[in-house]
Parts: sequence; structure tokens; C-alpha cells
Amino acid sequence: MLVGVLALQGAFAAHELALAECGVQCRQVRVAADLDGIAALVMPGGESTTMSHLLVTSGLFDPLAQSIADGLAVFGTCAGMILLAAEVLDGRADQVSFAAIDITVRRNGYGRQLDSFEADIEVPKLESPFHAVFIRAPKVERLGAAVEVIASHEGVPVLARHGSVFVASFHPELTPDYRLHSLFLQEV
Amino acid sequence: MRVRGLVLYDGVMSSPDSPTERVTGTYPVKRGLAEMLKGGVIMDVVNPEQARIAEDAGACAVMALERVPADIRRDGGVARMSDPEMIEGIQAMVSIPVMAKVRIGHFVEAQILEHLGVDFIDESEVLTPADEAHHIDKYKFTIPFVCGATNLGEALRRISEGACMIRSKGEAGTGNIVEAVRHLRSIIGDMKKITQADSAELFEWAKRLQAPLSLVQEIAETGWLPVPMFCAGGIATPADAALAMQLGAEAVFVGSGIFKSDDPSPRARAIVEATTHFRDASILAKVSRSLGAPMTGIGMDEINQRFSERGW
Repeated sequence: MLVGVLALQGAFAAHELALAECGVQCRQVRVAADLDGIAALVMPGGESTTMSHLLVTSGLFDPLAQSIADGLAVFGTCAGMILLAAEVLDGRADQVSFAAIDITVRRNGYGRQLDSFEADIEVPKLESPFHAVFIRAPKVERLGAAVEVIASHEGVPVLARHGSVFVASFHPELTPDYRLHSLFLQEV
Repeated sequence: MRVRGLVLYDGVMSSPDSPTERVTGTYPVKRGLAEMLKGGVIMDVVNPEQARIAEDAGACAVMALERVPADIRRDGGVARMSDPEMIEGIQAMVSIPVMAKVRIGHFVEAQILEHLGVDFIDESEVLTPADEAHHIDKYKFTIPFVCGATNLGEALRRISEGACMIRSKGEAGTGNIVEAVRHLRSIIGDMKKITQADSAELFEWAKRLQAPLSLVQEIAETGWLPVPMFCAGGIATPADAALAMQLGAEAVFVGSGIFKSDDPSPRARAIVEATTHFRDASILAKVSRSLGAPMTGIGMDEINQRFSERGW
């Protein structure tokens, strides 16, 4: 199986390592041609405004939006979650998103880097807690009825899905624990 | 677990009796932000208007400072941390991470920047050093630090003091990439040699580099620094940015190169594109067109003060 990793900017290398540990092949995705033949796509953390800008200038936005509409499985972490959200608060006016999952997220909703943190989160689908790293993380402020919450922290959803679209406000690629990547790949 | 150039968790897990409690300022949390900046362009800005231009162009962060290095070089005198009011003005203008510089060894300037809530601190040779023997103990801070290096020994000493990101020093304010290339080649070249060394030779490497043995052993295993390495110093064109990336830098800082050029906004955009598509010559050719004149730049034999010689 070939899995794409959006490689416009951000922590794509860490995701590639996690996916390789899960036994799948990876391809960095920067232009539309890179989408050919991928079975799923991971959108990494990084700066969502930068990725939004580059999605437009590279001509990748429209073909990728079409692929997601056609059912491409995607997993967005942190900035990737912002790119997939239906509504983004505290974003730039020209920021684009795929509106692939019906949630409202607030950029940097947990604060600036001083407030970045790590904590164990309970994930009912997993046997033991997952150690999560939150970096200038987006906060989920509204959840559509069709969205399934997979894990919450302090009462706020931090891992959710709708169909084959998965989002996390933290960084599963920053810890050597690939259970959430595996969970995503099982659905592909 | 350690693998080339990637953030791997080696911190302390939160305590078992309160597993969901937040823990801030840990090394993985600090190094995590460095990981998020990979593949991006961090632009020097001296006021909120420039910060807006940088964010509009797709910068992944801005570096707030009073004067760009080219002006520091021209003006001479002592260069210090920026006015907090100017930093706050930039924080209010943009939503991307804001970095700021402190003088080498000036831990009080760092305390002030941490209080202001900047996202990353650059302990920088571009400012006038405050301490001729000591760098800041960066483990004492919640905010991550980046430090410059000209060679592998310097990089490892900064990492041993708690730096979460290394950048080449280059020669800031010259618009000349030659020194950054020298530093990247030196750092990466020595790492390649260390991966070929046997375990006994690693002791000699540590001695020669004046660096902790444990970090040398880690490079022997992974082939890379335990933190991200970016390029800084002298980037003036999209091609310069792509050169740094192809040589192995994981992101770029652009100082004087944007706002000392004829037309900053298109140049900033082009450098962002070039950093992402750094192996794609057709995109590099496209974005390099019609950008107006780059900053004039100066040759290394024309400068009196080498900033890169500051730091120990």
C-alpha cells in the first residue's frame, strides 16, 4: 500500500517514519501528479497558513479536494486538522480548508508555545493511554452530529473521525507509538 | 528510539497517578515546535507591516528584530534584544510563530522574551555577545532556543546546553551564501565521517569536537543531529534557499535578503515556493523570474567583522 504524506511544509518526515514503522510505503506529496496511486494521505503538523498558501500556489488544492470528495482516506494532525475542518476560527481571511469533517476548530486554541504541553489521553479503542504532544494546538469548539469522537482530553475532543477522514489536535508522529497510525491504516 | 533527524520521544512520561495532567516546557514539547517549522521559511522582520508581508507570502514564522543584519553591519555599535513594544506589535499583527533574538549569554534578555511569550528564542551571533565564555543554560527555559553553528563541535555544544534547533551561522547581512554552504558542508561532512568511525574512534571525535561523547555516539547511530538543522546567513534568492535544502538543511532563515531587495513581497513568495519545491528545477525556474534586484551583497574579503566568529 502506498500512502502519501503532504510535504509542503511541516513535520512530514516524522509521519513518514511512523508510516514506515507500520509497514507501508510513503510518497511525499507536493504537486497534483504526486496524488496518482496513493491509497491514503496524511496531512502533518506545521503552519496551516503556510500550507494553505502552498496548496493554492502549487495547484494541489482542487485535485486534492476532488480526491477527498471521492473518498480518499485522510488523517490530519494539528495543522492538518485545521486544513480538513469545516470551519476555522482565528485563521487568516484567505486561508483555505477542505471542509472534509464537520468541526469548528480554533487555531492556537490552546495558546502559544509557552502553553504547549504533553499529557496522557485515554483512547477507548486502545488498551492503554496514548501519550500526546500538543504544540500550539488547535482546539475543537464545535462538533457536527455525524462526527465520531475517538478521544477527548479535559472534556474537549482531540481525536475524531467522520467516515475515512481522521483528525487529531495533537502529534502522534512525535512519539514512538504508532498505534494511531495503525488505527487509521486499518480503515483504509 | 533514535532515527535520523526526527523528533523522538525521550522525555519523562507524566506521573501514573495523574496521567492526564498537562506538562509544559519539556524537551519533546520544545523540540516539537522545531519539527513543525521544517520545510518552511523564517523571515527577519523589523516592524508589524513587514511581519504581515511575511505571513502573506507564506512564511512559517517571523524573527522580530530591530535592524536586519545588513543594517547592524552598516551601523556598527552594540546590537541588543529588540524593544518589547515592537515585539508585541508583531505578535499582535500575525498568527504564525514569532521568534526573537538575544545576545549570546544574555539570559536576562531571554527571561524577558519568555515573559513576552515569544515562541522561539535565537541566541544569536548577529547581536553583540554579552558573555565571552558562556552561552545561556537553555534547559532553564520553557521556550525553545535555536543557536548558530559553524561546525559540528559548536552544534553539539549548543545542543548539550539545551538548544532544540541548530542553524548554520553563515555570514549574516552579506547576501552571500558562501559561508552558510561552508558551515553546512562542514557539519554534514563530519557527521558522515562519524557514521564510518568505529566505537574506539568516537572518543577521539568527541575530544576533537570538544563535544559530549554521548552526542557523538548518537550521531554514529543515526547519522544526524538529535535536533533539526536549518540554514541561515546569506540567503538572497530562491536558488540560494533550494541550494541550502539540497545540501541537507531542513528549513531556511532569510534575514536581510528579503527586505533589503528591490521588491520584498514577490521575493518572499518565491523563496517560500523554492524551499518547498527545492528539487524541482521547473518550479525553481518559474519562481526565479522577474523578481527585481536582490540585495547587492558583499564579498567575504570586503567585511571587517565576521559575526560567525562570535560564540564558543
